Amino acid sequence: MKILVCISHVPDTTSKIQFTADGAALDAQGIQFVINPHDEFGLTKALQMKEAGLATQVTALIVGDASVEPTLRKALAIGADDAVRIDARPESGNQVAQWIAEYVQANPYELVLCGIESIDYNGGTVPGLLAHRMGAAFANACIGLELSGTNATVLREIDGGKEKLTASLPLVVAGKKGLVEESELRIPNMRGIMAARTKPLAVVAPSAVAAQVVSKRFEKPVGRTSVRLIDKDNLGELVRLLHEEAKVI
Amino acid sequence: MAARQDLYQHPDYYLMDEMLSDEHKLIREATREWVKRDVSPIIEEYAQRAEFPKQLVKGLAEVGAFGPYIPTEYGGAGLDQISYGLMMMEIERGDSGVRSTCSVQSSLVMYPIYAYGSEEQRRKYLPKLASGEMLGSFGLTEPNFGSNPGGMVTNIKDMGDHYLLNGAKMWISNAPFCDIAVVWAKNEAGRIHGVIVERGMEGFTTPETHNKWSLRASATGELVFDNVKVPKENLLPNKSGLGAPLGCLDSARYGIAWGALGAAMDCYDTALRYSKERVQFDRPIGGFQLQQKKLAEMITEITKAQLLTLRLGQLKNEGRATTGQISMAKRNNVNMALEIAREARQMLGGMGITGDYPIMRHMMNLESVVTYEGTHDIHLLITGMDVTGLSAFK
Ligand SMILES: Cc1cc2nc3c(=O)[nH]c(=O)nc-3n(C[C@H](O)[C@H](O)[C@H](O)COP(=O)(O)OP(=O)(O)OC[C@H]3O[C@@H](n4cnc5c(N)ncnc54)[C@H](O)[C@@H]3O)c2cc1C
Ligand SMILES: Cc1cc2nc3c(=O)[nH]c(=O)nc-3n(C[C@H](O)[C@H](O)[C@H](O)COP(=O)(O)OP(=O)(O)OC[C@H]3O[C@@H](n4cnc5c(N)ncnc54)[C@H](O)[C@@H]3O)c2cc1C
Repeated sequence: MKILVCISHVPDTTSKIQFTADGAALDAQGIQFVINPHDEFGLTKALQMKEAGLATQVTALIVGDASVEPTLRKALAIGADDAVRIDARPESGNQVAQWIAEYVQANPYELVLCGIESIDYNGGTVPGLLAHRMGAAFANACIGLELSGTNATVLREIDGGKEKLTASLPLVVAGKKGLVEESELRIPNMRGIMAARTKPLAVVAPSAVAAQVVSKRFEKPVGRTSVRLIDKDNLGELVRLLHEEAKVI
Repeated sequence: MAARQDLYQHPDYYLMDEMLSDEHKLIREATREWVKRDVSPIIEEYAQRAEFPKQLVKGLAEVGAFGPYIPTEYGGAGLDQISYGLMMMEIERGDSGVRSTCSVQSSLVMYPIYAYGSEEQRRKYLPKLASGEMLGSFGLTEPNFGSNPGGMVTNIKDMGDHYLLNGAKMWISNAPFCDIAVVWAKNEAGRIHGVIVERGMEGFTTPETHNKWSLRASATGELVFDNVKVPKENLLPNKSGLGAPLGCLDSARYGIAWGALGAAMDCYDTALRYSKERVQFDRPIGGFQLQQKKLAEMITEITKAQLLTLRLGQLKNEGRATTGQISMAKRNNVNMALEIAREARQMLGGMGITGDYPIMRHMMNLESVVTYEGTHDIHLLITGMDVTGLSAFK
């Protein structure tokens, strides 16, 4: 059985996010990119399944331009067997889903592990759209996964509880923490980094797919302003400020 | 003591990351991730207790910090010298003591066995040293011979079927728990040779040195040899003379130059963040000219050292780095780090002396780093001799 792990290449959570002057795009200068944290749980789960003899191959895939290759190399260094880059700069989840679906059609995988959402654009659309286009079963918000033969048992997080369900392969999973625990995540070691040098990284040309939604502008939340303290015996001043400066009363 | 979250981000004022390969950056990030996960949360407590965090040995081996540049057939990672440097930088960013353990294992134990050892010695020891199954120490310094190791009195006598080793080494990192020691001793003719001494050999003891205010999370001790019978096959056959241990020092000093840069960047990063958050006289202290002067000077020195060190790495990769060049970088970077640590400590006011922040620990650690592997003064003499052709040592 082969597992495809779809990875979104996202800014490190500690990065300071800036947008270009017109607000139309992320300013990537000085930003450190990482494997989308939700996808890292999936990648680790896939490697564990391979080590347990449940899978024969783990492939890491990103839709992105050449700048995402270090992230794929990291996935290889952690233990993926091979990597695929679909050479495009996606602008909408429908493109990503369509390109991955076309790739899987030509190169079948029984299990596709995605994250529940990318932590940058937070679309949350790719895994569902992908499952639909593959004609595969789909399990969202997955926090546990077990395989036996061609059947999967999935634990899902639902409002205020958990849901257990079964599905037969092929299956697309949108996973998150719980698939594996944080302490199980892997840091690449030097031997893995060396091995990654010679693992295959295929670059695939995308078909023509138009973005169905177009982002126009990004805005950061306004920063917090300073607090002014007014003495409890001076309520008149509070009323005056609310009326004259804040203009709310 | 609850450790603060390690928010470290390295300064890169001259966009030097662009001069590193993607693989170098991956190596640096992986090492940093490991340090943030396994070292930062515990190191302060171990340093306060003056205890070596033994549990890190497994992790250091897994990450690949033991012999990164030793070929894979002997258990190393087969990486280049810049990779080794970047790893030492990230590990010392965490703690100089932990980096010292790696320097000793990689450059002072694995390197001489690899470079001067027989094929049997390489196969016997290197894989176990790389995997952390064995820890090594390096015995050069003696009670009466520190800066002048050529005067050593520790000696070996050829007894026909074995050597008899006598003498004592002092200030030896990892000594209290080392499984093997690479020991430098003079033969009957006064020529310096390296021998591999194994724990358990009769007459070999390793008392610990206590009451250090520096490198508290690294164990230091003595190596004492009282008529130790060393098998003949434990002599390193392929190099002798003072040049043999000095060759190891070149490799270790190179790693220390990178390591000290890591400690400096951690102090700067901590002070910079603090200066933006700490408010006095109604404004962040980072807004005051006196504090900005400190920060501006720190980042200037760090940037210069980054350039110096990377260039040294390129030369080392090409096999062209000279002892003089390595000396200059070790001396410059450690001194720079020590001065930055002292300034950064002041910027944190009272908080700077506590274990809530890493600066005071770095500052105290660096007092050892500026002394071992050639003191600050001795490196000047090396540079002076290099440029004048005249030795001022004696
Ligand atoms: C205006 C704009 C510009 C953009 N520019 C770029 C760009 O220059 N470079 C770039 O890399 N991205 C860029 N993106 C992001 C790219 O469009 C996203 O990959 C896509 O929108 C899906 O993101 P999402 O938040 O909907 O994913 P979600 O549906 O939230 O992601 C869920 C899961 O789907 C999978 N997944 C998502 N995206 C990918 C992917 N690209 N490859 C493989 N698996 C994936 C992952 O498993 C992920 O956890 C841009 C987005 C916008 C809106
Ligand atoms: C924590 C720690 C760990 C160590 N680990 C190891 C180890 O693993 N293995 C090992 O072999 N050694 C180790 N050392 C020893 C270290 O290398 C020596 O301390 C160092 O070489 C200095 O020797 P010394 O302490 O005898 O000082 P000395 O040589 O006595 O020097 C005292 C002072 O005199 C100055 N001086 C000496 N000669 C001259 C001169 N010609 N001209 C001008 N000034 C001079 C020195 O610069 C110094 O300031 C370690 C030391 C420390 C503190």
